[in-house]
Amino acid sequence: MAEALRLYLVLARAEYRSAAQHRASFALLALTSTLLVALDFVVIAFLLQRIPRLGGFSLAELGVLYGLASTAERLADLMVGDIEKVGVQVKAGTFDLVLLRPGPALVQVAAPSCRPQMLGRPLQALVILGISLSQAGVPWSWDRVALLPATVACGTLIMVAVWVAGAAFTFVAVDARESMNAFTYGGGVLAQYPLSIYASWFRHLFTFVLPVAFVSWFPALHLLGRPDPLGLPEWFRFAAPVAADASTTVAAVAWRAAVRRYRSTGS
Amino acid sequence: MTGPILLLDAVEKHFTVRRGKGWHRERTVVKAVDGISLEVERGAFVGCLGPNGAGKSTTVKLCTGILVPSAGSVRVAGLDPTRQRIEVAGRIGAVFGQRTTLWWDLPLRDSLDLLARVYRLPADRHRRRIDQLVELLDLGPLLPVPVRQLSLGQRMRGDLAAALVHEPEILHLDEPTVGLDVVSKQRVREFLARENAEHGTTVVLTTHDLTDIQRLCRRVLVIDHGKVVHDGSIDDLMRRFGDERTLVVDLDEPAAPIQVAGARVVRVDGPRQWLRFRSADVSAAQLVAAVAATHGLRDLSVEEPDVDEVVRRLYGTSDR
Amino acid sequence: MGLWLAVARHSFRRASAYPAAVVAGLLTNTVFGCVRAWVLLAAFAGGARMGGYDATDAVTFSFLTQGLIMATGGWNLGELPERIRTGDIAVDLHRPVDLQAWWLAADLGRSAFHLVARGVVPLLAGAALFDLRWPTRAGAIALPLSLALAVLVSFGLRYLLSLACFWLLDERGLNAVYGLLNLFLNGLLLPLVLFPGWLRAVALHLPWAMTMQVPADVWLGKHDGAVPMARTLGLQALWAAILLLGGRAVTRLAVRKVVVHGG
Repeated sequence: MAEALRLYLVLARAEYRSAAQHRASFALLALTSTLLVALDFVVIAFLLQRIPRLGGFSLAELGVLYGLASTAERLADLMVGDIEKVGVQVKAGTFDLVLLRPGPALVQVAAPSCRPQMLGRPLQALVILGISLSQAGVPWSWDRVALLPATVACGTLIMVAVWVAGAAFTFVAVDARESMNAFTYGGGVLAQYPLSIYASWFRHLFTFVLPVAFVSWFPALHLLGRPDPLGLPEWFRFAAPVAADASTTVAAVAWRAAVRRYRSTGS
Repeated sequence: MTGPILLLDAVEKHFTVRRGKGWHRERTVVKAVDGISLEVERGAFVGCLGPNGAGKSTTVKLCTGILVPSAGSVRVAGLDPTRQRIEVAGRIGAVFGQRTTLWWDLPLRDSLDLLARVYRLPADRHRRRIDQLVELLDLGPLLPVPVRQLSLGQRMRGDLAAALVHEPEILHLDEPTVGLDVVSKQRVREFLARENAEHGTTVVLTTHDLTDIQRLCRRVLVIDHGKVVHDGSIDDLMRRFGDERTLVVDLDEPAAPIQVAGARVVRVDGPRQWLRFRSADVSAAQLVAAVAATHGLRDLSVEEPDVDEVVRRLYGTSDR
Repeated sequence: MGLWLAVARHSFRRASAYPAAVVAGLLTNTVFGCVRAWVLLAAFAGGARMGGYDATDAVTFSFLTQGLIMATGGWNLGELPERIRTGDIAVDLHRPVDLQAWWLAADLGRSAFHLVARGVVPLLAGAALFDLRWPTRAGAIALPLSLALAVLVSFGLRYLLSLACFWLLDERGLNAVYGLLNLFLNGLLLPLVLFPGWLRAVALHLPWAMTMQVPADVWLGKHDGAVPMARTLGLQALWAAILLLGGRAVTRLAVRKVVVHGG
C-alpha cells in the first residue's frame, strides 16, 4: 500500500512537471480552479433568489448537500479522474507500457490525475460546505462533528469506486467510454440536490446500485436533523462507510478483471 | 542464480477473431503462438526473425508479461510473469522501435531520473548508473532537451538508456534500428554488444534488419506461423537454407538458356546468364566445365546467397 | 463550391464513424437531461412561472440543450488549437484555401451529423419520461434557420478563441476556461432566463446565448410574432457576422505572426 502511494506520488510529480512546461496553460488552469467561484453552486443561488426552497431545502441546506457532493466528486477527480483515458491508451497500444513497469496498473493510470493546479476545486467546495453548515442551523452534537470528516472520506471513496468501475468498463467497450460520464459526472451532479426530487427508479439506481446517495443525501439528513421524506431506515444515514467499502470492493474486482481480460485477449 | 533466464514451455496463445459486422459474426480462433518451447541462458544474445504476422511480437509480449499464455508456461528468472508481473517487470527492460517509453514533454534527464525512482534504485546507484549510460550513449547534450524535440536516433538512444537504468537481467528489443541512419544504427549495435559483453545482460532482439543479426547475434530464432522453424547460429541458418548458389556466366554471344544437369537458368540478359545450383547436386567446378563444353565462356563468377536472400527464401517456403 | 461540400461531407463521415460513441453520448445526455429536468420541476413546483417559463418549458429546455451540445462544438475548441500548437497549421496555411472557410465547412458537416444523431434521441427520452412542450407552427418554421445561425455563431466563437493559440502556444488552459464558460453561459446549468437581474439581460445578449438559449426559446414559442422573431434571428445573425468577420481579421494577424512551435 505504501509502495503504491509512493509510486503514485512519483508519477504525479512527473505529470506536474510536464504540465509546468506550459506556463500559460498552467496559470489559466490554476486560475480557473481557484478564482472562478463554483459556477454550479452559483446557479443554485440564482434559483433560490426566486423561490424560498427547492425540494423543501433552503439555500444553506442545499449548500450542505452541494458541498458534500462536490467535495467528494472533485477530490475523486483529483485522485483518479484521468483513468477514463485508459480506453484511449488501450486503443493506442500504450497500455502495454503500463504493464511493463513495476507497479500496479491502476496507480500508473490514475497518477496523472493528481494535479496540484486543480487543488482549488475541492477547496472551493469545502469552503461552500463550511459556510453552508454555519448558516443552515445545524443542531450540532458530537456525532455530527465526527460524521463530517467520515462523510467526506467515504463520499470520496464512493466516487473513486464509481470512476474505477467505469474505467474497467471502458476496457471492454472502448468506443462507448463516454457512457461512463453519465455515472461519474452525472452521479456527482445529482448528489448536489435533494434525492427526493427524483423519480423512484432513479433514486433506487443511485442508492442501491451506485451508492451515490450516501455521498451527500443521507449524511446531510442527519447533519441537518431532518426526517427522511422518503421514509428509508434511520441507519442509512450512518451507512456511508458500508457503501464505501462495498463499492470500492466491487470496483477493485472489476478493475482486476478488466486488466486480466486485457492480458488474455490483447485488446 | 542458475538456470535459464528465459524459459518457454509449450507456450500457446490463442486469439478469438471476429469477422464480419452485425450480430452474426464468425468467430475463429487464431493461434498466434502455436507451441513454442525454448530456453535462453544468461548472457545470450538472441536474434528473432520472422515474417510479419508470424507471432514474434506476441512472443515478446508473452515473455514480458504483457500477455498471458493460453497454454504452456513462461518463466523469467524463475518467476511467472502471469502471476508475478510486478516482480518480473523490475528485472526486464524493453525497447520498442515505434513507441517511446519516455515522457514526451519532459527533458530526457527528468525521464531518466523518474524511471530510476519508479524502479526504486538506491540513490548512489541511481546517479552512477545514469551517468554511465549517458556517457556510453553520448546523451550529455541531449539531457535538457524535451523528448518530443529529439530526432529518431536520439530518442532511440534515450529509450535504450531508459530500458537499462535499472540494470535488468534481460533486455527485449523490438525493431530498435528501424528508421535510423547508418551511423545511428552502428552506435546502437555497438552499445548493445558492449552491454551484453560487459554486463552480461541477456538480449533478445526482434528485427527485420539482417545486418543487426549478423553483427550481433550468436543465436537466431526464426518464427513463422507461431512456431520456431529454426533455432541455431547464423551459420546453421545459412547451411540449412542457403546451400543454393548462383553461377553467373558471360558467354561469347547471346544464346538460349543453357541446359545442364543439376542447374537451372533463372535469368538471362544478353550474353549473361544466371544459373542456380545446389552444392549437393553439382559442384561449381563441374558446372563450369559443363557449360564451357558446350558454349564459349568469356567470364564467370559464383554468387553466395546473402542472408536477405536466405530469409526471403525461408519466408517464401511457408504458405501465405 | 464542390470543395466545401467535400470537406463538409468528409467531416460528417468522420463524426459518424463510431456509433458506439454516439450511443454512449446519448446515455450521458439523457441522464443529465433528466437530472436538470427534475431540479427545475422541483423549482417550478406548484405551477409557478419564472422568467417567462413554466415547468413544462423548463423541462423541455433541459432536453433541448442537452441535444444541442455536440452540434455546437461540445466542451472544447476542437482540433484547431492543437494543430496550431504542434505547428501542423503551417501546412494548412500554405494551401491556397481560405483557412476559416475550410474549418467552417468542416464544422458544418460535423454539426449536421450531431444535430440529427444527438439532437433527437434526448428529446424522445425526455418525452417518454416527462411532459414536453412541442413547437408552434411559427416556431417550427423558424427553427431550422435559428439552428443554422446558432451553429454559425458557435463556430465563429470557437474559431476566434482557437486563434488565441497562436499567441498562447498551448491549448489546455484555454480549453478549460472555454468549457467552464460554455457550461455557465449556454444555459446548461440553468436556463439563462432564470438568471437574476442585470446578469440575465447581459447573458441573453452574449454569443453563448445565441447557440442554445435562443433556438430553445424559438422551439418553446417564446418569440412568436413577426417582430420578436425578426429581432431574435437578427441578433443571432449579427453575432454570427461579428464573430466570423472578427475571425477573418485575426486570421490575417495570425498568419503574419506564424510561429511554428514544436518539432
